[in-house]
Amino acid sequence: MPSLGADMEAGTLVEWLVKPGDRVKRGDIVAVVETQKGAIEIEIFDTGQIEQILVDLNSKVPVGTPLARIRTDLEPAAGAATPRPVTPPPAVAIAAAPPASPPAPAPTAPAPTAAPLPQGPIVPAAGRRVPVSPAARRLAELRHVDPSAVTGSGPGGAIVRADVERSLGATPVPAERKRTIGLDLDAMRTAIAAAMARSKREIPHYYLQHQVDVTPCEQWIARANEARPPDSRLLMGALAVRAVALAARNFTAFNGFYREGSYEPAAAVHIGVAVAIRGGGLAAPALHDADRISLDEVMARMRDLVQRTRAGRIRSSEMSDPTITVSSLGERGVEALYGIIYPPQVSLVGFGKIVARPWLVDGAIGPRSVLTITLAADHRVSDGHAGALFLADIGKRLQEPENL
Amino acid sequence: MNEADIPTVLREELGNIAPEMDLQKLDPLADLREALDIDSMDFLNFVIAVHRRLGVEIPELDYPKLVTLGGAISYLEAKLGSGKR
Repeated sequence: MPSLGADMEAGTLVEWLVKPGDRVKRGDIVAVVETQKGAIEIEIFDTGQIEQILVDLNSKVPVGTPLARIRTDLEPAAGAATPRPVTPPPAVAIAAAPPASPPAPAPTAPAPTAAPLPQGPIVPAAGRRVPVSPAARRLAELRHVDPSAVTGSGPGGAIVRADVERSLGATPVPAERKRTIGLDLDAMRTAIAAAMARSKREIPHYYLQHQVDVTPCEQWIARANEARPPDSRLLMGALAVRAVALAARNFTAFNGFYREGSYEPAAAVHIGVAVAIRGGGLAAPALHDADRISLDEVMARMRDLVQRTRAGRIRSSEMSDPTITVSSLGERGVEALYGIIYPPQVSLVGFGKIVARPWLVDGAIGPRSVLTITLAADHRVSDGHAGALFLADIGKRLQEPENL
Repeated sequence: MNEADIPTVLREELGNIAPEMDLQKLDPLADLREALDIDSMDFLNFVIAVHRRLGVEIPELDYPKLVTLGGAISYLEAKLGSGKR
């Protein structure tokens, strides 16, 4: 069970997308886990063959518990006919985080997961549970149906979407998207509360703010979008993410993780994009390698990320490894936002609403579009001087949108 | 797609963005961004969906004409009626 955020202690396995014998490759989605942040798709970090499933459907297990055993292509088949779960010598357990990328956040405070992790044993969910498919679960939640009152027609008596539809006695609801359904907003609030309280307890924040003229960005976007069909148009938010990503590559004290008393800069730049959830909620999944992909690619991925986050379908790697967060108020709201750092990250860049202001350009006052950018940073890692240079660099990059 | 369907298409697409809202009660003169609490990403997704379903070109310069339901209906009726399909 991977850690999908600093304060996650356990997750419930709600769907297996593979079975023993299946071939998998790095990046494949193999399972769905339900957490406080909604349903998360679990990716695999090895290529090989699934040998054994170790955690049953609807089992809630602590972070660190192996979920399955996979034989990688480099290894011979496991000799024993019945591999022992506790000592898996040749096989690799799907657990925690990919070896190559920053490890999943380990709690620094006395958290339950700091204790030795129980290996193998499955924590059974309370009561008798019949498997419920995620689609059925979401529909049931949406329509306030108790899944345990539904008769399942799927494999092993599993409740599938059609069963819930039948119990509603209504015409089937189109399988198309209906949003905010994989999400439990109360649970999300609890997760936000835990992470933010920990942040304010542990991180000595300092704040800086910087006003920049983003008229060049607006003009450049308008020109670029003129010739584009709607689905490849750009938004200011993509330029903001890109400017932060390029700056973060050079200012290493703001892009990384503070864990167990020391700071490690991250090798890659994964921007946590703060996404507001309708009805009150917030998640900041990672937009990977935002410094190494084009602006168009950043925009396309952002659109996909926002839609999936709001639909409650985030992937495991996106939850666990943002290296710095960007939070943007968009075109409504107010001029500035002062963020709270998401541990174990060490900074957050906030973008306010763009406003029209009188501004000096070449000695003359004129109307310009002005954006307030803020930095919340961790004083254990950096000082205001470095923070000011970082923030100024982001502002400078927004003066030259054609280079983003 | 005939013109009578434009309001239905718009309500369906707005419903995909703001599923909890009662769109039958939406004031046709209200600013959609305020009334439905939608951001620029939602609005772009709305434009993308309307463009796909109705085949109407919607340049960014025309976005201000689409910020109310009533305005969007008139705009799209005019576009479809003038044979720009």
